[in-house]
Amino acid sequence: MRASLFITCYNDTLFPETGRAVVSLLERLGVELEFNSQQTCCGQMHANTGFRREAFAQAKRFIHIYRDAETVVAPSSSCVAMMRDQYPGLIEELGDEALRKEFEALLPRVYELSEFLIDRLGMEDVGSYFPHRVAYHASCHGVRALHLGERPYRLLAKVRGLELVPIPNADRCCGFGGTFSVKNAEVSSAMLAAKLQDVVSTRAEYCTALDNSCLMHLGGAMHRQYVGMKTIHLAEILASSEADNERFPVEAIR
Amino acid sequence: MSSVVPDRVVLDPRFAPPFPQAALPVLRNPQLRKNVAHAIDVIQGKRGKLVAEKTDWQALRTAASAIRSHALENLGAYLEQFEERCTAAGGIVHWAADAGEARSIILDLVRHENANEVIKIKTMTSAEIQLNPFLEANGVNVFETDLAEIILQLGEEEPSHIVVPALHVNRSQVREIFARRMGLKNLSDDPKELTNAARTYLRQKFLTIPTAIGGANSLIAETGSVAVVESEGNGRMCLTLPRTLITLAGIEKVIPRFQDLEVILQLLARSATGERMNPYTSLWTGVMPGDGPQEFHVVLLDNGRSSILAKPKQRQTLKCIRCAACMNACPVYRQTGGHAYGSVYPGPIGAILTPQLMNMEHAQSLPFASSLCGACYEVCPVKINIPEVLLELRSQVVNQERRQAGRIFDPLYLGLRIANFLFAGAGRFHAAQGLGRIGARLFTRKDGWIHSLPSVGAKWTQTRDLRGLPPQNFHEWWAARRKEAK
Repeated sequence: MRASLFITCYNDTLFPETGRAVVSLLERLGVELEFNSQQTCCGQMHANTGFRREAFAQAKRFIHIYRDAETVVAPSSSCVAMMRDQYPGLIEELGDEALRKEFEALLPRVYELSEFLIDRLGMEDVGSYFPHRVAYHASCHGVRALHLGERPYRLLAKVRGLELVPIPNADRCCGFGGTFSVKNAEVSSAMLAAKLQDVVSTRAEYCTALDNSCLMHLGGAMHRQYVGMKTIHLAEILASSEADNERFPVEAIR
Repeated sequence: MSSVVPDRVVLDPRFAPPFPQAALPVLRNPQLRKNVAHAIDVIQGKRGKLVAEKTDWQALRTAASAIRSHALENLGAYLEQFEERCTAAGGIVHWAADAGEARSIILDLVRHENANEVIKIKTMTSAEIQLNPFLEANGVNVFETDLAEIILQLGEEEPSHIVVPALHVNRSQVREIFARRMGLKNLSDDPKELTNAARTYLRQKFLTIPTAIGGANSLIAETGSVAVVESEGNGRMCLTLPRTLITLAGIEKVIPRFQDLEVILQLLARSATGERMNPYTSLWTGVMPGDGPQEFHVVLLDNGRSSILAKPKQRQTLKCIRCAACMNACPVYRQTGGHAYGSVYPGPIGAILTPQLMNMEHAQSLPFASSLCGACYEVCPVKINIPEVLLELRSQVVNQERRQAGRIFDPLYLGLRIANFLFAGAGRFHAAQGLGRIGARLFTRKDGWIHSLPSVGAKWTQTRDLRGLPPQNFHEWWAARRKEAK
């Protein structure tokens, strides 16, 4: 099994540990991982802020870079949602028939990480060990755009030592919303405060998710408010294993 | 006849401050936020149970979406059919191109009746055209009869929701308004007593005012009938007691067949109030001699709708049946309530409808008043893909703004332009990451976190920290690892 990792621009820049965890996890599972160093961004930030012209260019670029990939895996549900929900409309607007064909051939081969593990590899138990109390934040794009459903919970259920605690009002947005968090900073912060209350009520040690964007938002508030909880991408939990001497060093990363 | 322009208007998007600013006072109002969250939780809870018991819910949504889309794609034909059938049954149909035309048609009709008082059924469309202040300014006393609208009218409050317009007002606040305006010093906040006070106030109006103004939930082309759904029965009073009834309805309200109501009504009550069926469903066709109003007018309002209809990507906005499920589900609305939207249509549907009704000349901040979480689309009974329309409108707003000279140095615009340049090539992107890492050091504290940023970044750091940039990006780590392996 070969797969090409689309790390996404913000994970590359801000959360390299998530990328390292994906590599460690997938290689452990026998996936032959590639990384195309030409990759930058899927265009989500521009598209969601109304900069459609710019989003066109980035969407085109993404499709060109990955057209020959056997499978693409990305540890970010919002970026994959961008491709599934927004690329078709962008391409239609461009009216580029050749690009549309390339895209339609590529799209079924693009997976979000939990989809890749469960749907493509057919695995739930990926041999992980993470002896902590963990709350899973179901990001909006994961829930409502990708319909990930039970996938992340099934993966977490198989992690040895992990105690999963549900977050009340789990499907409610954390208020990040990309540039929404700065364009409507106060409303975004009010949403964040409400979400944080629900997350903190779980008394978990870690809050995990499939999107570092939500985690950056929640984690930023946790750090500001000295909340005794940390955020961690699900890939990093799944990469941790007791068999592996190089157990993924959570504490060293954060 | 001449008419006077009112000096006070209600939630007019032309004069409303941008959403981020308008939201500030609300965010600092704990009573209002508690009232809004409580009311929404009650409705949402009831809705959730009823939707879960309906095994054909998704099929109903699909059917309703198809009915509404079909009606819109053939709107001209169905409106003409409605006019013909309604006229044949004794109704009089008027066409209003915009709010001003609708207001003068209605004022003329009221004046023709020699009426200086009218009773009203809760009608969003009348709020859209600012009908009440206009009639009042022209010497017509307007009496709202929907309980929530009475609360707002007597309390001089603005509506914050399209189904439960006074949801931001709680019981003790209602008591205060009623006691003050109805002269009932000893009124308690017992719901029964409050209802009785409203009933006494209303009965007198119903029995003495012979002119009513209402709206429509649906116009049925096949039969020329009008449908109004409500919870209290006060609408039914307005529809049956007066001599003259004036119905104001947006042109998009038309549905092809009587049978189509079956689908719409199943979805509407469950989505709007969390009820299997709304308590009162009134249906009438023209005029029935000796029974009910003997003069019936329908004012069909365009007011920007046909221009929305002309745009294929935005057309779905008009499928809306005004159930408000989107605002009840919206995490933004949950924090702000309706007033921050500066429009009689708040919440996600308001965020797409209002700027379009304003021809994208006002309310441009509304399409950005969403985190794009998708909850609105998930609950919408007619499957309006609100996030998709939000994105389309955002793109239009950016296209307006990017031409403005003032935006050249707007940090957000500048940042996005630079980002676009960087994302066009991996080399420049990686170089910028390196520069960013050096720049970020200026702001990174000893704990490795950034607590304060300048410019647009300050909007982030006003409530959240940001972890400092890592010493090695992922692609650098990958390259180093590859080198080692060789």
